[in-house]
Amino acid sequence: MKYLHLIWAALFRRKARTVLTLVSIVAAFLLFGMLDAVRTSFDQAGQSANGAQRLQTGSKLSFIQPLPQSLEAQIAQVPGVKQVTYANWFGGAYQDPHNQVFSFAVAPNYIDLYPEIAVDPAARKAFDASRTGALVGETLARRFHWKVGDKIPLQSTIFPNREGSKNWSFDIVGILHSTDKKTGGFYDQLFLLHWKYFDETTPYNRGQVGWYVSRVADVNQADRVARAIDALSANSDHETRTQTEQATTASWMKQLADIGLIVGAIMGAVFFTLLLLSGNTMMQAVRERTAELAVLKTIGFSSRSVLAMVLAESVLLLLLGGVVGLGLAALLIPGVSAGSGGMLNLPTVGASSWLLGLALMVAVGLLVGALPAWRAMRLNIVDALAGR
Amino acid sequence: MGTLIELRNLSKVYERGRQKVEVLHHIDLDIAEGDFLAMMGPSGSGKTTLLNLIGGLDSPSGGSIAVAGQRLDQLGAGALARWRAAHVGFVFQFYNLMPMLSAQRNVELPLLLTRLNGAQRRKNAGIALQLVGLGDRAAHKPGELSGGQQQRVAIARAIVSDPALLVCDEPTGDLDRQSAEDVLGLLRTLNREHGKTIVMVTHDPKAAEYANHTLHLDKGTLVEQATA
Repeated sequence: MKYLHLIWAALFRRKARTVLTLVSIVAAFLLFGMLDAVRTSFDQAGQSANGAQRLQTGSKLSFIQPLPQSLEAQIAQVPGVKQVTYANWFGGAYQDPHNQVFSFAVAPNYIDLYPEIAVDPAARKAFDASRTGALVGETLARRFHWKVGDKIPLQSTIFPNREGSKNWSFDIVGILHSTDKKTGGFYDQLFLLHWKYFDETTPYNRGQVGWYVSRVADVNQADRVARAIDALSANSDHETRTQTEQATTASWMKQLADIGLIVGAIMGAVFFTLLLLSGNTMMQAVRERTAELAVLKTIGFSSRSVLAMVLAESVLLLLLGGVVGLGLAALLIPGVSAGSGGMLNLPTVGASSWLLGLALMVAVGLLVGALPAWRAMRLNIVDALAGR
Repeated sequence: MGTLIELRNLSKVYERGRQKVEVLHHIDLDIAEGDFLAMMGPSGSGKTTLLNLIGGLDSPSGGSIAVAGQRLDQLGAGALARWRAAHVGFVFQFYNLMPMLSAQRNVELPLLLTRLNGAQRRKNAGIALQLVGLGDRAAHKPGELSGGQQQRVAIARAIVSDPALLVCDEPTGDLDRQSAEDVLGLLRTLNREHGKTIVMVTHDPKAAEYANHTLHLDKGTLVEQATA
């Protein structure tokens, strides 16, 4: 600690250069914080205590391949299945094809299997009683300024109605709220319509469902129950694959994009650039202080002390920029989430991200400081003082 | 006064690529404790090399060098660094102060290697600055001081840990006449009133007049010894 003022003074010997390097480090760690939040958000999707109790059954061929609705009764008979429901992807968009809405056509008991979805009993009753009724998540309603009683036109990107038009009309009868904002923020963006209305209106469906959701009585028996459900359709034209909700979500996400790989690739490129940039700064900083380092060694500082001071300077540079960058990310993430109209539900920079970030700062600092520190340690006093 | 520095058959050879350059040839020299010695000679005569060996900045190629009974030629790099921190103060031609530190912080540098706490370090550095007549310039950075003042800060840094030996390489080489006389007067005070043994390299005969003895080197050999 008694060398800190010396290290600090050396770091800011060329203020403009150090500040510019710091700005680069701040930008890199700001990006790291934001992208890590995106990765964490994707990792957390489907991870809830209730999700562990639910199995999702879809076609073994592809998740867009429908299954017969008749399978519901058979699944309900499988030992260990407490409750079963089903749903179809509707693929709705509001006003503009870019305004995609997570819209599902669901069975009457769908919400019963999702205790994370809170809905007012009166709204639930109104939904059950209305053929064209819809329940919408609170974030979605806020995004498009919808309220109960509104008649909403949705355009399905896949399914036409009986007249051949893809324009559908729904009556909003209630608002959905997720009870767990951390893992269930997705439910605040749902648009639920009746599967029966959907099935009767589109000529494309005819008694088929997109997937089944089963609640198991005992989580420890989930694997056995999943195998038993898949055995129902074995060797048929609609073989199924049953997985936990978490595994299904992860599989969907993976088909969408390998977020971990994308984030890793971007951060790899960013940190590689950062290595070159801050490495160059440190090399220059040490090169122009050759005589000063030689004086330190002359008055008795050991080679190891000089090595440690240059490394500490490099790590301090990274820590200063990195902490500011991650702090900025923590401040900006709630704003980004709010600004996305609920499309993004990014978690803030958590303890694990801070720990990973700090480890990266120290590692990058040591890496970029290694060569100049080694040169400073090996500095020959006589040659350095003579300007050789 | 006893002998502080003993050089016996001291040689120094530099290797520059395939070439070997013998800079010092079999030097024998005793320097008494409390002496003020000036070393003169043409460029390339080996003055600075000899000074570096006496200050423990370099190791001889042959012979022995002992300071206060300590054989420097037998010490490794780490031990030499510790020995320098405890026993030698250095004054350079171009001051070699840290430009980003105040005079006070520059003077404190050698004390960072001691067990003194922050308050003690500040106190001792303040005393050293008072001694060189710069007590009121403690907060100034080197760029805010004249050349003579910077050299006095460098002298304060050299004496702050109270070493027995000061080695000075052209301490007035970058100063005007008045500043040079101030610095030389200060060195003479340190020698006479504080008992510091001083070995100074200089090109300037007037600077050498402040010393008790003057040695002349030529082509790595002692050619003459004059007494003031």
